[in-house]
Parts: sequence; structure tokens; C-alpha cells
Amino acid sequence: MASKKTVQVKKVILEKSPVLANGRTWKFGDDIDTDAIIPGRFLTLNNPDELAKHAFEGTRDEFAKNVKEGDVIVGGRNFGCGSSREHAPLALIGAGVKVVIARSFARIFFRNSVNVGVLPVVCPDADKIPDGEKIVLKIKEGYLEADGKKFAIEPVPEFMQGIIDAGGLVEYAKNIKEIPTCTR
Amino acid sequence: MAPLDGTMIHDITGPLAIQKFYEMGGKKVYDPERIILLFDHQIPADSIEAATNQVYMRKFAEEQDIHNYDINEGVCHQVTIEKGRAAPGDIVVGADSHTCMYGATGAFATGIGSTDMGFALKFGALYFKVPETIRAEVSGKFQKRVGAKDLILSIAADIGADGATYKAIQFTGKTISKMDMAGRMTLCNMAIEMGAKAGIVAPDKVTWEYMKGRRKMKSFDLDSDPDANYAEKRSYNVSDLEPTVAIPHNVDTGVPVGKVAGTHVDQVFIGSCTNGRFEDLEEAAEVLGKKKFNPKIRVIIIPASRDEYLKTLRAGLIEKFVKAGALVEAPCCGPCMGGAFGLIAPGEVSLSTSNRNFKGRQGSTEGKVYLCSPATAAASAITGEITDPREV
Repeated sequence: MASKKTVQVKKVILEKSPVLANGRTWKFGDDIDTDAIIPGRFLTLNNPDELAKHAFEGTRDEFAKNVKEGDVIVGGRNFGCGSSREHAPLALIGAGVKVVIARSFARIFFRNSVNVGVLPVVCPDADKIPDGEKIVLKIKEGYLEADGKKFAIEPVPEFMQGIIDAGGLVEYAKNIKEIPTCTR
Repeated sequence: MAPLDGTMIHDITGPLAIQKFYEMGGKKVYDPERIILLFDHQIPADSIEAATNQVYMRKFAEEQDIHNYDINEGVCHQVTIEKGRAAPGDIVVGADSHTCMYGATGAFATGIGSTDMGFALKFGALYFKVPETIRAEVSGKFQKRVGAKDLILSIAADIGADGATYKAIQFTGKTISKMDMAGRMTLCNMAIEMGAKAGIVAPDKVTWEYMKGRRKMKSFDLDSDPDANYAEKRSYNVSDLEPTVAIPHNVDTGVPVGKVAGTHVDQVFIGSCTNGRFEDLEEAAEVLGKKKFNPKIRVIIIPASRDEYLKTLRAGLIEKFVKAGALVEAPCCGPCMGGAFGLIAPGEVSLSTSNRNFKGRQGSTEGKVYLCSPATAAASAITGEITDPREV
């Protein structure tokens, strides 16, 4: 994964991070589950744009109507808990959301987000970020700015950085010829 | 990267997984023998979209020579275990969060998303961070009408909805040694409700007995090392445990049934991968006795698989349930899917033996879902309100 191409992609993501999150924040609470992000009855849909029309339906109806490219979701603890449905981060992508900030994430949602190209950002003070606010995301510097204040953000685990650098797991997989597996 | 012994995809997350497999340049899956495919969330197809997704998956199964159980066998997790597709020492992934249920066999099993599954189908391996373990030591003897579901709801209330994130939960102790496979499956099934990556019970006599006829393998020792390190150790005694109910809208809200007794219910669902086994339905039938279900509410009973359905049928319980006023459906996820059928309207209350009570999980976000054991569900289905099964 140490090819020149990879390094370039990584740089683009880091430098573009303010652009990825140049819209408003949409604030949600603790334990936002993937049923809330995209209800079960829409799971026959596999297209991000179609899914986006129903994002947070019944939970926050104004979201799908008003969300714009570059907007940011801000959650509390355990964001994305519950079902493994990848339709959840896909619905966010369809809505133009490329960054989710939360105090903590549920495991499967975190992986799914990284895999499909939504950046999950752990911010222990996410609760203090207001709704409807503009933020400035400084991933490389390890903080974000909101409401005139700076909040620390945690780096993505190292082993997942390679997937983000590649632009998602599909792109990462295309470069793999053989898998080194651990033995029992 | 860890090599995979088993891989499961279903009708909801499967189409995307297959799409990702192809996008990754996949031509042939890593090993057709280690992959199963089935439909359980929306069966028989409830919409043209669902039918179209199922056609897409059938074609993939044929093209790749993968075993397709189609709509015939039941809920994915029950079927995977029944068919011997998860066994002690296996590493299994499924494109569904409740895949952690297979830990009841002593497998390491975890739920993944569709892109991870596309990768798994292509390479037969996946990247994992080895989880730390929470040891849940369970002792004591259950009171009558109290069991595994009450235990796991009380453990979830203790650990919290994110208290086991990225960790494995190992269920151990004398109570677990005496517990049947059905109960162990109920426990491991709900490990994800605490954020866990896996739930696991070390294989013992009960496990190896269950594996007979399902997987050809010799028994071996697979318990933890005596000096194993644990992230946390927690002890539970079930002797005083009461029937437990999780209240809306989170799973970690379990309270003794007395605290919510008398709450009106509109629908009772007995089934799902959590509690749709014969043992669960037998318990419900015992509570029912010669009574009838309350005709003012809807009672939906769904065995988790064809095998469980047949056992229930042969024991005469299906007839008993139907005569008592229940709707008995063919094996599938039922109302727990929140999209196929059995949805609740705004203001309605569902009491369910399934695993999630999130807002909107079973239909309207203005409805409420309570979670409980099959015994509590059956008792409440008789009275029409949440009822202590020890009092029926």
C-alpha cells in the first residue's frame, strides 16, 4: 500500500477535509441506531440517492428535505448502533454527508463508514458542538473548530487508515493480489 | 487478516455485498462450500423490489455454485447453526449484526456490512482487531418462568448499550453449563446489543451433543486458559432474577416485569432469531395452558426455522396456538424486520421476544416496542397487558 498513488490520495483527503465538511451540522443524541438512519422498510433500495430521500425518516423529517452537500452529522455516544445495514452510511453519502462526528461509534457502523467512504470522526466533546453550525475540520492537525472553540478529535486507527487512503475498501481490494492470513 | 470458515448473506444485505464483490474485481468466490445464502427478512417477497433482489441473489448462487436455502429454511442465524455451518473454533462472518449468535457453538462469529462481505466473498479473509473479553460468570438457578432472555436483558441493562463495544462477551459459570443450546443462542444473539463484536460460550458436552449430525468433527477442548486476561469480570446470580422487560426505546433498559405490568399492548410477537426456537414456543405454550389469547390484540407466532416449525407442529403446539387465536406464520424475521409485515401504527404498543426495541423498529416511530421472554409474551398475550408469567 506504499505506492505513490496511495500517498497522493491520502494527501487529497487530508487537505480536502475542510471541504468535505463545509456545510452545517445536524445534531443528534446518544444511541442513534441504523434503523433511525434508514428504516427497515426502505432496505430493498440499494442506490444512495434513493436511500437519501428516506434518511432519518420518522426521526428527523426535515433532514432529508434540507440536507446539502458537505453537511455534517454530529452524534453523541454509540452512533450507528444496531443493524449492520450498510444502507445507513450509503443514505448519508446520497445526502451529500461525507463526515460524521460523534463521541463514540458502534463497531459495525464505523467499519461500514470507512469502507464506503464516509469519514467517522471521534470527538470526545461532540456534545458541545451546536446544531446548524458551520465547523472547520482539521483532521491532520487533530482538531475541529465550532462555535469559536477548538475541540480535539481522535486519529483513525492505523490499520484502517490504509483503507481511507485508498478511497474505501473496494479500491483497497482492487490493489490486493494475495491476502496474508494469520494462522491458528 | 483472519481466514474465514463460514460466510452467510441474506436478502437485505446480500445484493449490496454481491455488487461490491464484483466491483472489487471478483470473479469466483473464495470457496463456494463455505458460503451460504438465504432469504428471511422479506419472504415470501413482499414487494417487486424484494422479489428483484432475490432473483439477483439466486442468479449469483447459481453462477458461483453456492448453497442457496432460498425462502425455505427460516431465519439466517438459526439456519446457519442448524446446518452445522458454525462450529467450535470456527471463524464465521455474516452480513447481519446478530451473527454473534453462532458464539453459542463456540465459534467466533461477528456481523459485518456489505462491503466487508464483498471482500470476504472474494478473499475468504477479513481484517479484524482481536477483541478484549468481558467475562460474564453466571451462577444460581432460574425461578420458574425465568430464563435466558431475562438474563440477557438484565446483563444488557448492567453493561449498557455500548459497554462492550469492540469486545467479546464470554458467558460462563454453572448456570451456563446447565443451559441448553437454545438458551445459549438467546444470550449470544444479544451480545451486539451491548456493542460487542462477539458473544461466546466455551464448547462443552451440551455443544458437542448438539453438533452431532450437523458437522463431522471430533470434540476438542476450547476453554479459556486458566490465566487468561480479561478486560472485565462480571458476576451474575440468577436465583433472584425476575422476568425482565426492556422498555422503549433502548435495549439496555431492562426492568423487573412488575414495574411495567398492566401496560396495554396491541400486538405480541413470539419468534425471531432471539426466541423462535422450539424451547421458546414450548414455554409459551405451557404458560398458555388451556387459556385463549386476548381477542382484542394481535398475537403473531413465528418459529425461527423449518426444523423448529416441524418440532412445534409435531408437538401439537401449532394447533394449540391457532385455536387460542394466534396467527402462526412461516419461518422468517417477521415484525422484527420492520418492513415486511406485522408493523405497528402510531401510538400502538408491541411486546416482542425479539432483540431490538429501537424507535420505529417494528413500524411507526410513534409506536413503542417492549422486549421480553416467550413466557412473559405468552402471559401478556392472554391478558392483553404486560403480565408477570409467574402469575398466570
